[in-house]
Formats: sequence, structure tokens, C-alpha cells
Amino acid sequence: MSRFSRRQALGLGAATAAGAAGIVLAESSGASVFRAGHGEPAAAEGTPVPFHGEHQAGIASAVQDRLHMAAFDVTTDSRDEVIALLKAWTAAAARMTQGREAVAGGAVPAVKEAPPEDTGEALGLPASRLTITIGFGPTFFEKDGRDRFGLRGKRPAALVDLPHFPQDALDPARSGGDIVVQACSDDPQVAVHAVRNLARIGFGTVAVRWSQLGFGKTSSTTPQAQTPRNLFGFKDGTNNIAGDDAGALRRHVWANAADGATWMAGGSYLVARRIRMHIETWDRTSLEEQEQVTGRHKGNGAPLGGVHERDEVKPAALPNDSHVALAHPGANDGHRILRRGYSFVDGSDGFGHLDAGLFFIAFCRDPRTQYVPMQNRLSRNDTMMEYLQHTGSGLWAVPPGVRPGGWVGQTLFEA
Amino acid sequence: MNPRVCAAVVLPALAVAACGTGSARPSADETGSAKPAVVVTSSARACTADVDSVAAGARVVRIHNSGEKVTELYILRADGTKVAERESIEPGASEDMTVELTEGAHTLQCLPGKNGTKVAGALTVTAAQAGGTPRDGRLAAAVPAYRAYVAQQAGASLTQARALKAAIAAGDVAKARELYWTSRVGWESMEPVAEAFGDVDPKVDLREADLEAGQKWTGWHVIEKQLWTKGTTSGLTPVAAQLVTDLSDLVARIPRAEITPSSMANGAKELLDEVATGKVTGEEEAFSHTDLVDFAANVAGAKQAWTLLKPVVVHRRPELATSLDQRFAAVEALLAKHRKGAGYVSYDTVTRAQRSELSRAVDGLAEPLSQLAAAVA
Repeated sequence: MSRFSRRQALGLGAATAAGAAGIVLAESSGASVFRAGHGEPAAAEGTPVPFHGEHQAGIASAVQDRLHMAAFDVTTDSRDEVIALLKAWTAAAARMTQGREAVAGGAVPAVKEAPPEDTGEALGLPASRLTITIGFGPTFFEKDGRDRFGLRGKRPAALVDLPHFPQDALDPARSGGDIVVQACSDDPQVAVHAVRNLARIGFGTVAVRWSQLGFGKTSSTTPQAQTPRNLFGFKDGTNNIAGDDAGALRRHVWANAADGATWMAGGSYLVARRIRMHIETWDRTSLEEQEQVTGRHKGNGAPLGGVHERDEVKPAALPNDSHVALAHPGANDGHRILRRGYSFVDGSDGFGHLDAGLFFIAFCRDPRTQYVPMQNRLSRNDTMMEYLQHTGSGLWAVPPGVRPGGWVGQTLFEA
Repeated sequence: MNPRVCAAVVLPALAVAACGTGSARPSADETGSAKPAVVVTSSARACTADVDSVAAGARVVRIHNSGEKVTELYILRADGTKVAERESIEPGASEDMTVELTEGAHTLQCLPGKNGTKVAGALTVTAAQAGGTPRDGRLAAAVPAYRAYVAQQAGASLTQARALKAAIAAGDVAKARELYWTSRVGWESMEPVAEAFGDVDPKVDLREADLEAGQKWTGWHVIEKQLWTKGTTSGLTPVAAQLVTDLSDLVARIPRAEITPSSMANGAKELLDEVATGKVTGEEEAFSHTDLVDFAANVAGAKQAWTLLKPVVVHRRPELATSLDQRFAAVEALLAKHRKGAGYVSYDTVTRAQRSELSRAVDGLAEPLSQLAAAVA
């Protein structure tokens, strides 16, 4: 079942000798070991994640520990400047994901009269599995009813303006954005360095609209590893789509040329929701109620009525309005999404509470049939909503991966 | 190969023609470094130049550390004033710096080891060669032109400050408010040069929040606070008189100000830094809300330095020149939207979204502007 390439095996080092059964290693050490297969990008800890490929990394690839996501507004009207930026970003991303400076020799240049071209804080740090994933929002194609960069006709039908969901409390300053950059890494400094340097390259062409740090992954794409927990203390993402489940990825995650937008073939749609969790009131809730609201046992994550974490979820056995029952594929016409969220604590709220929550990130093939109906159902009926408030939101079309010599978004601009 | 190049720059008050001969050999690579005119070798016992003399002008001085300890190099004039310095040169390393050398005897001072003994050498700078080398010639011409601009701007501030003093003495609040901001325009456009003197800036432009405990507050912002919060000129006459004295002192010192192409470029960048951290936030003019006047003057001063350096940059870094022209235009166009009468709208009427738009344009300009110093080095 586990097929490690030589490169991955080397990356794992001596521990791999004991890890011929990768699951054992993962269970015992908690390391993010990955079942490689079907050409999906995979990387053991310490091994850089390949930048080039059929799909952008940072979707099916193993979820790292830390997130820095930033949304940008494009500040130029020039299509050429946007293309130049995407080329410059691609070059810098290809370098940084491999553990190199944004510009060769950029951190400490020979000439002292100029500011260093790389900001330097990642100097000497390993790649830490950094992935950089770039997507385009609805306003990248058209804004205020006007075409932008001659791309209006290319806007995929699936790239909808997300509807207002019940109980939404969205802050415009934390929502939307023409371009999104998701930087994930096992080292927060590496992720911040990536976003910071891309923002710097972009000055004059794009400006940061908002940015979000995340510190603990709340889902993984490596089911054999220990399922992470969110700030409610529950295991999250037990039945997430695995990064090596090519069939599920094809069905639920990767956009297809036949879906409508040919330039998106091999791409995906990224949904981000900043979900404030009222952890203080949650913490005053009895374990019984916490488990009823969630639909799983808190200890081992088994679905209510089950014994083990991976026991089959039987929605009929769960409270109708529990989170797992409503999010289950059985309640959503068989649809699934690939989750990749992170916990956050953004200081405090001025009322004696932590401003904490889950920065929900999901990838899907068509948000119209996958995310939107599911979120409507959850926002309307999920008892967990009593403890949640959605404060930020965005949807972006993530174009396919980049071949060596190509650039992110090339299929959109050159098709 | 290249014909003789003449670039004429027309300024509001003066016209400058900068001429030089072309050169077939590119003297600067893409990192901006050039073949050194002088190589200074620093060892434990010696600090020697490989030439006895060098012609005046912008010269690349290479410092090579042949010793075993980290060293420093200072280039001093006969009167002991410093022309340039470079610190933290590792053993075995060579570093280049561009130095504006003027005619006269110079001392080279090396400092091997943190607490080591100073080692001295000599370097004679001869009169500039007739015609000069093209790049140095054009850059050398930019310096006096910029000095003239700075003098003109400081002089304008002084003239307006005198009028401000008169309006305050006459008790004319409306006139004093008008002259408050008009007197700041010249200053804001040449502030980095004034800051190099060290003592002038805190005397004339300190904000109340910048004061140390027990420090006496003088300058424009004392006048600003009272004019806008109390609406009276009462007691301000000595403050205005001191401002006039301090500005007269500044004007008198400008002929001796240390100005080089690099300091012009760095000064332009600093003006944009001022905008990014002080003006965009509305902190500079907390009572009068005339921040956009300062903002525009900062940009104008930076633009002046850029205009004078551009003839060289156009050849060395054409893409940087294009980018700077575009980004200056973008900021100016945005500022123009906020014009009102002879000045600008009150900054407290500028919305958060508009401030953000201004800030983004400033970032867009400041980033390439930070490359200018290396491009003229």
C-alpha cells in the first residue's frame, strides 16, 4: 500500500527503515508521513515539496503545521503589470519553496548601497515543506460591473460571489481580495517570510488587503497520521479527502476542462472562512452537550454510536442538528470537500476573551454544488453555530500547477 | 562610440545643463559597482592606497582587508571632517563604496580589530579632470543643482516664517494659520538635508509626543497646537522669532551641507518614509490636519532629487527609471484629487479608504525609490 519513492525514503532518513509500515511510524511519532501515490506531490518532513507539477502544491500535498495566508487587491489597471507580477511571484515561489532566498544572494548582497532583495529572516532555515498556492477571486475578473484585464469572459461559472449565509457577520476588511496567496510551512517564520517577500515584490501592483496566521492544522490529508484537533478540543477532519486518493481528488477537488473553464483544468476552488469560535462559552458546556453538538466522542473521535475513530459515520445514529451529521456526504448528495484549515488566536477582543477560532480553508471542484449548499445547511441548522461566528470569507479560483518555465496563471492569460 | 551627451534639466527657479562625454566601456555592472579608482589595503600595520592621488569627483573606493581582524575605513579631510566610512569589513573581504571626493589632502584611517590602534595613510585628491568621466560628470552636476534647490526651498520657508512671525505679532489668527502651512512647504521638501545637521530638526519640527521629560518644546508644532486648539496668537511671538532664527541658521549652513548623489537618493527615499509613517497616518499635523501639504512637499522634494539623478539612471537602469516615472506620476495624480485652493483638503476629511489608497501608492513608489542609491553609486 505504501509506496515511497527513493527520494521520499531518503528524506525520511534512518527512521524510514523502521517505517516500511509507514502507518506504524506515523501513529507512534505523530509525524506527517504520507502515502505517496498517483503522482501526487508528497514530502516527508525536512524534504522540500516540489513546486512544479500538474497541480499547485498546498492542496493535496500533506498539510503542514503553520499557515500564513494573504489576500491582495490589484492596484494597477495594466494587464502587462499583472502578468509581470505573476511571473516574478512564480520565480520567487519556486525558489523559496525549495528553501532558497526569494532572489539568489538576495539576503546579504555584495553591494551595501541597496536594500537587500530578500528580507533575510528565513536565511539558514530549511524549506520546512513550504508550499505557496495562488488563486484568483471574482474581482480579479470583473469589479463594479466592469471588465478587468480583459478577463471577464474567462471567469468560471463556478467562481460565484458567495451568497450571504445565515448568521454571517462578515468584515469586508477580512473578506475577498483579487488574489490569494496561501503559504503553509512547518515553520511559521518560513511561511511569513514567503508572504512578506511576495508582498514586497508586489508593491505598486498589488497591496495586501488582509492576512491571517494559523498555528495548528485542523485537518490533514494524511489519514494514517494522527488526526489533529481544533480549538474545541475535538478531532477534526477524520474523513477528509486523502492526498493520495486520486479517485476522490478527481471527483471532488480537481476542476476538469469539461466543467466549463478549460484554463482551470487541474486547478481547484479555494474557500476560506474566518470562523470566530466562542471558546469561553464552549468551555462552560458539558462534555455531553459538546459531543451531541459535534456528533463525535471527544476522546478518540469515534462517531456517536461507534467505538473507534474511523468507524463508519451513520447519520441516522447522530442528532439531526449535530455538526458531523449535517456535514456528512450522506446529507450533501454525496459531495465531499478537501479541508485544510488552521486554528488562530488573533489577540483578544477587548471584552476579556481571546479572539480565537478556525480559519477554515477548503478546496473543491465546484463550490456551487459542494460548499454553498453544505454551508447553507450548516448555518441554518448546525447547533454548533451557537458557538461560531463567520467573520471573514472568500472564494478564489486556483489555477493548475506550473511546468518548469511556466508561470502561475499562464493558462488564464494565454488561453 | 557614444556621442557627447548633454542633459538639460529645467527647474522652477533655475536651469541646469549637465554635460559629459560618453564611454564605450560600461563602467557599472548590474549591481551598480564599478572599477575602483582607489584600492585601500588595511592590514595590522598599514592603511595604504594603491595610488598617491586621484581626481576629484564621485569615485569608487575599494577597501580590502588583508589583516586577520575585522576592520573599518574612514576617509577624512585635512580639517578632520569625515567624507566616508565603512565598517565591519571581514578579514580577506573587499568592499566597494562610492565617495564624493573634493580637491585637497585626505587622511585614510583604518581601524583593525575592535579596540585596535588606528593606522593612517594618505590620499591626495587633485582637481577634477577637465570634462571628467561621463557618469561622474553628470552626477557631479546633479549635486550643485540639488544644493541650489535645497537652498531655494529653505529660503522660501524662511521668508514665509518671517511673514508668520509678523502675522502672529499682529494677532491675525486666520493669516497665521495660512502662513503656518505655507511656511512648512519648503522645509518638508528638503528635510533630509536639514536632518543631517542634527540640531535643526528637533528645534523646528518636533511634535509634542516626541519630547523628552523636561525638554523645551519649540518650533512649528507649538504654533500649530495653539492656533488650532486655542485660536489665539497670544504668547507665540517669541516662538515664531526663534523659528525664524533657527531657519536663518539652516539657510546659512546649506552651502556646507554634505551632499552626494547617494545622499540625494537616500534623502528621496527618506522623504517617502516620512510620508509612509507620519503623513499617511495623520500624526504629523494632529491639530491643523494639513498633512497633505507636507505629503505633497515630501513627494516634490523626492521628485526633485530623482529628476536630477535620472539622466544617469536612464542609462544604467532603464527599467528602474521607467518604474520611478510611473510611480511618481501615480502618487501625484492621487494627490491632485485632494487639492483645494492653493493647498489640500483637511486630512480629517480624508476617509480611511482614501488614506489606504494613498498609502498603497506611496508603497508602490518607495519600493523602487529604495533602489536609487545603488543605481547612482
